[in-house]
Amino acid sequence: MTLNLDDALALYVAAIVFFILSLRWMSDVKTAKWAGRSAALGMAIGIGATLVAYQIQQIDLLLGALLVGFVVGTPIALRVPTTALPQRTAVSQAFGSLAVALVGAAEYYDYAPNVNRFTMTVLSAEMILGFLTFAGSCIAFAKLQELIPGRPFVYPGKNFVSMVFLGAAGVAGAILVAEPSYGWALPVMAALSLVFGFLLVMGIGGADMPTVIAILNSYTGMSAAALGFVLNNKLLIVAGSLDGSSGFVLAVIMSQAMNRSFTNVLFGGVGQKVAKSAPGEKAQVEQRPVQSFSVADVATTLLNASSVVIVPGYGMAVAQAQHTVKEVTDILQEHGIDVKYGIHPVAGRMPGHMNVLLAEANVPYEQLWEMEKINPEFPQTDVVIVVGANDVTNPAARTKPDSPLYGMPIMNVDKAKTVIFIKRSMSPGFSGADNELFYLPNTWMVFGDAKKVLSDLTAALKEQG
Amino acid sequence: MFSVLATAPAVYTTSDLLTNLLVFIMATFLGVELIRHVTRLLHTPLMALTNAISSVSMIAALIVMSETTSTAILILATVGVALASTNIISGFILVERIVRLFKSKPKTAGKPAK
Repeated sequence: MTLNLDDALALYVAAIVFFILSLRWMSDVKTAKWAGRSAALGMAIGIGATLVAYQIQQIDLLLGALLVGFVVGTPIALRVPTTALPQRTAVSQAFGSLAVALVGAAEYYDYAPNVNRFTMTVLSAEMILGFLTFAGSCIAFAKLQELIPGRPFVYPGKNFVSMVFLGAAGVAGAILVAEPSYGWALPVMAALSLVFGFLLVMGIGGADMPTVIAILNSYTGMSAAALGFVLNNKLLIVAGSLDGSSGFVLAVIMSQAMNRSFTNVLFGGVGQKVAKSAPGEKAQVEQRPVQSFSVADVATTLLNASSVVIVPGYGMAVAQAQHTVKEVTDILQEHGIDVKYGIHPVAGRMPGHMNVLLAEANVPYEQLWEMEKINPEFPQTDVVIVVGANDVTNPAARTKPDSPLYGMPIMNVDKAKTVIFIKRSMSPGFSGADNELFYLPNTWMVFGDAKKVLSDLTAALKEQG
Repeated sequence: MFSVLATAPAVYTTSDLLTNLLVFIMATFLGVELIRHVTRLLHTPLMALTNAISSVSMIAALIVMSETTSTAILILATVGVALASTNIISGFILVERIVRLFKSKPKTAGKPAK
């Protein structure tokens, strides 16, 4: 089979249509099952058209590479636990960005030294983005997997040092644009971009990962689009910009949900405040009295409630407590109690993480309520159970202008009649702010591991019910 | 016949560039609108999906493979294909897996099956 230019372009158009439909279908849970399939079909068409139109000769290399992709990719996709999806996303971004960065380098070496300024400018920008995203994704993975501490790595002049590396990478890129025969500048640029990506994500804390992952996602897409400009390939441009805008929109949603700007997330407002205020203040704030209750008390209150809202956070994922949460829900529903879940947009370590965990535990998606929809419900709610969330429930975000959380949209759980807060200890959340909720008269603290407490609760509910 | 598709940077005209810019701008706006309407429920599978889609960069690696005569460049491009295909394969399988987790309420009234 041979394809001419027009045939290949027509097939690219078909691939683009499938990509667009795919994102459209992802908008609704009822059509979502077609989203992946549609995009996979688009991808197959795009790759197939390229193979034929460009008459790829190195079939053996190609098959070898695809085999590697299959052998590595399939087990990752089938085995990764839903609690580890953020890590998997970081790994996949590392792969994707390294691929674009290496292909960019291959393009350069292929053309050099006859690279015009436009092409070289785009290639330099593309490689800087690609390499920084690769390093950043690796660090994001290490933080999410807890290979390195999740807290931000902060030192005086951090942002200045990072910017020096980014600026130097830009200078190396500019040297390549001015004089494409200076091949030495490419590895220099790559190394500087890697260091920048490393420093950038090292400086960002674990709880900011949803935004970081979304931004890195956007960068990978933009580098793919840039390759499309270099190769005059519209499929690459469209698919790359769809991904670029997707990551961008998600990052905006995430930072809005924390009432922070992009720059603030990337260059660390919250983390630095923690580092500065941590040593002295902690001891005194923890002296205030809290009410600690036993699991049996909680069970009695729950059985007398008519409406219950469960607010999960990253701690639920860490304790792998989603199935136990579902067991508690089942018992309550058997007693005719209305149970909903309230999901804060940044709960978890990646966008939408809590929803996937609860869906896996067979919670029907109708029970998963977004923050804006659940907040008006709290005043009529008898009992709220907070599992592994902290900062997103802190009323200081509404009331204390000096709190680092002030202005952040939160779950207004304090408006409910009773709040049951399951927590290991009195330690503050990621923001470093003490949670005002703990000291309210309607808050009951239950100390212990989320999974342990909830399975004790299941037993107590069965006993009393 | 393939001279435009199979680029050397030299044949890239200003009109190509403007068309590409137009395509880029339209696709970006379309992407923003599409993603804004994705329910938060599905943001995780959405990220898996867009990650896989961004590995369309495999096409760029393939084009480099078709053009080059140098072994070193061929190796770079082949590594690119392997990395991108890992993402494509694992991404689409994962999207399917996650999306299937989302189930509606059992239609037969009140109590969920246990």
